[in-house]
Amino acid sequence: MIAEIESHQIYAGTAGILFCLGLAGLFMCGHFLKKIIATKILGTSVFLLLVSLANRNQMEFADPVPHAMVITGIVVAVSASAFALALARRIWKETGRSTFEDNP
Amino acid sequence: MNAAASSALLAVLIAAPVTGALIAFLLPVRLRATAGILTAAATTAATAATAWRVAADGAHRHALGGWGAPLGIDLYADGLSCVFLLMTGIVGLFVSVYAKPFFAQPEENKGATELFWPLWLILWASLNGMFLSADLFNLYVMLEVMGLSAVALAVLSGRPPALVAGLRYLLAAIAGSMAYLMGVAMIYGAVSALDLQIVAAGIEQGRSFRVAFSLILVGLLVKTAVFPLHFWLPGAHSTAQAPVSAILSALVVKASFYLILRLWVDVFDGSVTVAAGQALGALGAAAIIWGSYQALRQRRLKLMVAHSTVGQIGYMFLLFPLITVVYQDVAEAPWLAHAWTGGVYQAIAHGFAKAAMFLAVGVFAMAVGSDDRDSTVGLVGQLPMTTFALALAGVSLIGLPPSGGFVAKWMLLKAAFTSGQWWWAPVILLGSFLTAGYVFMVLRQAFAPTSHKIKLKPVPRTMEVTALVLGAAAIIIGFRAEEFLLLLDVEAAFQEPVEPHRANDR
Repeated sequence: MIAEIESHQIYAGTAGILFCLGLAGLFMCGHFLKKIIATKILGTSVFLLLVSLANRNQMEFADPVPHAMVITGIVVAVSASAFALALARRIWKETGRSTFEDNP
Repeated sequence: MNAAASSALLAVLIAAPVTGALIAFLLPVRLRATAGILTAAATTAATAATAWRVAADGAHRHALGGWGAPLGIDLYADGLSCVFLLMTGIVGLFVSVYAKPFFAQPEENKGATELFWPLWLILWASLNGMFLSADLFNLYVMLEVMGLSAVALAVLSGRPPALVAGLRYLLAAIAGSMAYLMGVAMIYGAVSALDLQIVAAGIEQGRSFRVAFSLILVGLLVKTAVFPLHFWLPGAHSTAQAPVSAILSALVVKASFYLILRLWVDVFDGSVTVAAGQALGALGAAAIIWGSYQALRQRRLKLMVAHSTVGQIGYMFLLFPLITVVYQDVAEAPWLAHAWTGGVYQAIAHGFAKAAMFLAVGVFAMAVGSDDRDSTVGLVGQLPMTTFALALAGVSLIGLPPSGGFVAKWMLLKAAFTSGQWWWAPVILLGSFLTAGYVFMVLRQAFAPTSHKIKLKPVPRTMEVTALVLGAAAIIIGFRAEEFLLLLDVEAAFQEPVEPHRANDR
């Protein structure tokens, strides 16, 4: 039974679980840092799925297009999290808040 | 102009603002506004030329670098893209003209406002890119560029409320793009293509596409701020500075709406269901009621205008249940064209009206020093032009004739009755009443007689004029419906019978 599962299916399944974990973290965690980490987990799940897709047809060579998409995606995700971290830090410095709730 | 040259115009529409942004970034701060306005004028001229060519010769496709899909990335412009491009061009140009004197005021020129011009031009490039891309992944990149530059613009003032709202906006935007990208990955896994046409051709009915399109849809709904995913919008749009609020409310939310529309009718038309259309319509209806009601309750003008955006976005989503119906022949469903035009008209009319309203409120706030609703008492005597601009924009938002908003709401109403989906009609009317409520509440204050003359800070004339021009534009497009329809009909989804849904999902 286990042997019938292809390796890319395991990756795809893991990606699905990570995606749900990331979303749950984004909504349920209060602290800015935890929310930002949740977006990273969300991003990782998408990139994991894309990377595993490259081998979906069991070809001799991996499909390069998903890899190109992942590289672009990582660059975008890094800048987005850098921006989010900078905003969170600035908010903390100006107001001492680290959550969206009004009473920290 | 030959075909190759005019299709290269599509690349210019993205390249021009990017180049302008880089130049503005390298120039000393005092020269940036001039460079920005020149770039805006050039981009708007290129937009007008593109729309002219598309209206004359039909849709244009441009293979970037000559590679062509599926290897390369294509740009594609038809009537629908041109209508959105033109709105972006006109609103963008006048907001740019408004922004120059606005940021010259010492009390607004705080924080990092010297970055306004590079960021706004990058944002413009990404908006044009959204309307032109024919590639799912390129669209993702444009979505991200749009999201990052929009959030950066929203927090320019550096004030704590703007920072908090900006972070909320950013987190929502990231989650939205990740859901979108997840859907794109699933589609790539199934059809090994990213070009919209190839994907559309390769899509068969299947469960995996429903899941993939649902993820894409939810991601874009977050970015369009559809009820109940609008939680980030009022804060981000109301704490930004006036020209930025105008850009965010008039243009940025329209780009993701355009993408939903494009994917719904041109790519996933085989996967969408009647139930999904009704669900989107229900979200739209809830948005109309909730957004307009919240707008009515606000004491601060900018928050009121921001909540009004939530309500007006709702109208655009009434398009989906009306075009997603089971039919065999287009002749049987004459309301499709009405619904289609009404929904698009609403997006365009709201773009002009909302930009005018935010700019006008910006003038009020600058003159009085506060955007409290009660502080505008008796302003009509001293700022007649801006009060008039606000009134014109309000007329279009309410949907009073003659205005762009009237044409939009009338067509949606007509489509709702002829299609038998009468349940949308009371929502449209109730939304108009609520909108009339908050618009007239502001106007009543502005027209209220005062015994004492309030001392106002002088506001640059240019700012008042640009707000009025955009307010007038929201009315004028109600008169020029014919030209609009002519352009929108270039390669329109309903010229050839592309059913959003065939009779397989009863």
